[in-house]
Amino acid sequence: MSQHGCEHDHVPVIGKAELVAQLLQLLPADCVLFEEEDLRPYECDGLSAYRQLPWVTVLPQSVGQVQAVMRLCHQHRLPVVARGAGTGLSGGALPHPNGVLLSLAKLKSILAIDTLARTARVQPGVRNLAISQAASQYGLYYAPDPSSQIACTIGGNVAENSGGVHCLKYGLTVHNILQIKLVTIEGDLLVVGSEALDSAGYDLLALMTGSEGMLGVIVEVTVRLLPVPEKAKVMLAAFDDVEKAGAAVGAIIAAGVIPGGLEMMDKLSIGAAEDFAHAGYPRDAEAILLCELDGTCEEVAEQVEQVQAILKDIGATEVRLARDEQERALLWKGRKSAFPAVGRLSPDYYCMDGTIPRRHLPFVLRRIGELSQQYGLAVANVFHAGDGNLHPLILYDANKPGELANAEEFGSKILELCVEVGGSITGEHGVGMEKINQMCVQYDSAELTQFHAIKHAFDPQGLLNPGKAVPTLHRCAEFGAMHVHDGKLPFPELERF
Amino acid sequence: MPANDLTASLQQQVQAAYAGKTPLKIVGGNSKAFYGRQTTGAELTVLDVSGHSGINSYEPTELVLTARAGTPLAEIEAALAEKGQLLPFEPPHWGPNATLGGTIACNLSGPRRPYAGSARDFVLGCHVINGKGELLHFGGEVMKNVAGYDAARLMAGALGTLGVLLDVSLKVLPVPQDKLTLVQPATLPAALEQMNKLAGQPVPLSASAWVDGYLYLRFAGAKSAVAAVKQRVAGDVLVDAATFWRSLRELQLPFFAEAASLWRIALPQTADQPKLPGDWLLEWGGAQRWLKTAASIEQVRAAVAALGGHATLLHGGSGSDAFQPLPAGLWQAHQRLKQAFDPAGILNPGRMYEGL
Ligand SMILES: Cc1cc2nc3c(=O)[nH]c(=O)nc-3n(C[C@H](O)[C@H](O)[C@H](O)COP(=O)(O)OP(=O)(O)OC[C@H]3O[C@@H](n4cnc5c(N)ncnc54)[C@H](O)[C@@H]3O)c2cc1C
Repeated sequence: MSQHGCEHDHVPVIGKAELVAQLLQLLPADCVLFEEEDLRPYECDGLSAYRQLPWVTVLPQSVGQVQAVMRLCHQHRLPVVARGAGTGLSGGALPHPNGVLLSLAKLKSILAIDTLARTARVQPGVRNLAISQAASQYGLYYAPDPSSQIACTIGGNVAENSGGVHCLKYGLTVHNILQIKLVTIEGDLLVVGSEALDSAGYDLLALMTGSEGMLGVIVEVTVRLLPVPEKAKVMLAAFDDVEKAGAAVGAIIAAGVIPGGLEMMDKLSIGAAEDFAHAGYPRDAEAILLCELDGTCEEVAEQVEQVQAILKDIGATEVRLARDEQERALLWKGRKSAFPAVGRLSPDYYCMDGTIPRRHLPFVLRRIGELSQQYGLAVANVFHAGDGNLHPLILYDANKPGELANAEEFGSKILELCVEVGGSITGEHGVGMEKINQMCVQYDSAELTQFHAIKHAFDPQGLLNPGKAVPTLHRCAEFGAMHVHDGKLPFPELERF
Repeated sequence: MPANDLTASLQQQVQAAYAGKTPLKIVGGNSKAFYGRQTTGAELTVLDVSGHSGINSYEPTELVLTARAGTPLAEIEAALAEKGQLLPFEPPHWGPNATLGGTIACNLSGPRRPYAGSARDFVLGCHVINGKGELLHFGGEVMKNVAGYDAARLMAGALGTLGVLLDVSLKVLPVPQDKLTLVQPATLPAALEQMNKLAGQPVPLSASAWVDGYLYLRFAGAKSAVAAVKQRVAGDVLVDAATFWRSLRELQLPFFAEAASLWRIALPQTADQPKLPGDWLLEWGGAQRWLKTAASIEQVRAAVAALGGHATLLHGGSGSDAFQPLPAGLWQAHQRLKQAFDPAGILNPGRMYEGL
C-alpha cells in the first residue's frame, strides 16, 4: 500500500541522534521516545490498516515544552504530527517517517470549571467523557459525545470537529467550544476565540475546528457546558422496511420535534449489536430507530406521545419506550457498541463516514447493497439518521489476499456515492490519510488550491501533518477522479497520466 | 439561467477587478452600511449583489434552506414561517432591505443567540467568489461535513473581505410551540446572576435582557414546558413580548434613541461590569452589553479587553475605529488569510480593518 505513506518530500537536515539530544535538552528523559519498541504504540491510530513508525515521539508536559518542541522542529524543518488518544479513524495521526510525533497525552488537567458561566477550561489531552464527569456534580455536561468518548481527547475532538449521537439537537464540537489556545509551527501561542460569545476579526475558531492538526497544535480548550436535561426518554421503533424508517425520521422532524438523538441501524447491525449487548433489539426487523427525547419532564411527556403516534402512523411494527434509566442505558448500549459488535462478525471491518441529504437514504442504501454484492463483502449500516451521517461498516478479512484493497475500493465507491447525491465524504471522522483521494471527488482544483492557500497562511513550509487532509493537484490527477464539475474535466491544467 | 441568478456577471466583475487591481465595494441591501468601517480605495466600484436573489431550495424535513445572497431576509423568514420553521439565530434586520448575504457577512444574531447559536453556527455551506474571481463551494447542504477546512463558517463575520457570498445553506429549526416572557425589577448584578443561574438549569430559556432596571426572560418550547415555567420562575407576564424582543433586536427601544455614541460590548457572560461611565443595556445573559458613554475609545477598549471581551463602536467615532484592534499574532494570521483569499486586496478593502 504505497499510497498510504505520507508524501516523503521532507529530507531531514539533522541526524536522529542529534535531534534526540536536542529534544532531551527541552524535555525530561521519559518524555522523549526514540527506540523502536517505545515507538511501536504510536505507529497507527484507530485506522490500523495504515502503519508507520515515527522518527521520534515526544510527550511534553507543559505548553512551554510544546512551544519549545515546535521551535526546534521549525528550525530543522521537521514534520510534526500531533496526536491525542489515537482513536481517529482516518489516519490523521499516522506518523511521518522523518518527523516528530507530538503526543498531547500528558497535558490532561481540567484547569477550571466555572459553574455560573457554564464553561470548562481544559488541557488538550483531557478525555471527552472526563469533562462531563467532572461537570456532573454541578448538573452540567459537555454535549458532543462521540462513541469513543471514554478514550478520545478534547484536542482530537477539536481537530476533527467530532460529533456524536446528540449532534442534531446540540451541535458538533464547533458549536460547543468558546476558545482555544494554539501553538503555531513557529512556536508562538495564539488565543483564538474568547470566553465571550464572539471575538473581533475573522472566525478563526471555526477555521481551526476540524483542521486535523494541519494549522497548529491545540494546547488548551474552553468548552461550553449545558445543563443536564431534567428528563430523557428513549424509544425503539422497529420497521419491516428501511424506507419506512427513513420516512419516520422526516416525519418526526416535520412535526417540529428535534430529538436529542435519532439513530438508525439495519438488520446486520441489529443482529450484531443484540449478540453483543443483549439490549432486546428485534432481530427480525429490517431497521430500527432509536429516538431519544430530552428536556423538561412536561416537554418529554408531551413529545413521547407525539412521536409514538407518528411512528405507528408510518407503520412501525413495534414501538417500545424504555421504562426506566436502566432500560434506556441498555438500548443505547446496543447502539454505542455497534462498531465492536459488528467487529465480532468478521476478522476486520472498515468504518465509512459519509453524509447525505436524508431524502436520498433509500437510494443510497440500495446502491450500497448492490456494491456489497459486486465486491462480495457484507456491509452493516449504522446511521446518525437525524443528521444524515451514514456509517457503513464493511466486513473483510485482512489475511485474505486482496481483501483489504477490495474493501477500500468498495469504501471509496460509497463515498463517491455520497458526493453524487449532494453529501460529503466525511461527516465526523475527517479526511486524514484515508480519504485524501476522495477529496479530489468532492472538490475541484480551485477549491483545493484555496485550501492549500489557507494551509500556507499558517504553515508556509508544510511541516504540520504533511500529506494529510488536502491532496495535491498532482495527486488528484494521478488518482484520475472523473469529477466532472459543470461539464468540465477535472484539473484541466494538468496533463493526464 | 434564471434572471435572478447573477453568478456569471458577478464573477466577471470580480475577475475584471482582479485583473485591473481595482477595489470592489460589495453591497447587498445596504441596511448595514453603518456597521463597521467604510470600504476604502481609489476607483472603488460597487458590486451590487442585491439582484442575485431567490430561495434555491428548502427542505423542511431536512431542516435545510439554501438561498442566494441578495434574497431579502424577510422573504426567507416568510417562506420558513409557512412551514412552521425559523432562523434560530433570530437575525437583526436593521432595515427593511436586509439580505441574507449581509446578515451572514456581518454574522449578526439576535436575542436567542446564547441559547440557540449564532448565524455562523447555522451556516452549513456557501458558494463564494474569491478575490481571484474563482467560484468556490465550501461545506454543503448536509448537517455534517468535515472534508476540508471550514471555509464556509469562516465567511460568517468576514464582512465580505475574504469572498463574495453567492448563496448560503443554513440549518433551520421548528418554531417553538409556545413562548412566554416574564419581567421583574432587578439591579444589574442581580439580573446578571439570575440570567446565568437559569441558563444552567433545565428550563427552556430563549432570551434574556436587562433594560432600565428590569430583567426580561423569555422561554420557548413545548406548551407544557413553557406552562411549567410559570410555576418555577418569578415575574409578571409581558403582554406584547414579541414587540419588545423585536424592538431590542432592531435597536429600536428608547435606550437606543438618542445615542451619541453606541457601543456593542461582547464580554464573558458573567464578567463584572466594566468600570465605565454611561448607560447600559444587557442581553444574551450578559454576553452582549450596549453602552452609551462619553468615555474615550481607548478607555472603553482597555476596560473591555481587561475583562476578556471586545468592543464595537456603532455610532460616534470616525468610523475608522469600529472594531477592537487585534493582538500582533492574530493580526498577522488575518493578513495572511486575506492574502490567501484575496491576494490583490480588492474585496471590501478596509471594511473591517485598515489593511485588510
Ligand atoms: C470505536 C470508535 C468510535 C468512534 N465514534 C466516533 C463518533 O461517534 N463521532 C466522531 O466524531 N468520531 C468518532 N470516532 C473517531 C475519533 O474518536 C474522533 O475523531 C476523536 O475526536 C479523535 O480523538 P483522539 O484524541 O483520539 O485524536 P487522534 O486520533 O490522536 O488525532 C486525530 C487528529 O487530530 C489531530 N490532533 C489530535 N490532537 C491534536 C491537538 N491537540 N492539536 C492539533 N491536532 C491534534 C491529529 O493530528 C489527527 O489528525 C470513533 C472512533 C472509534 C475508534
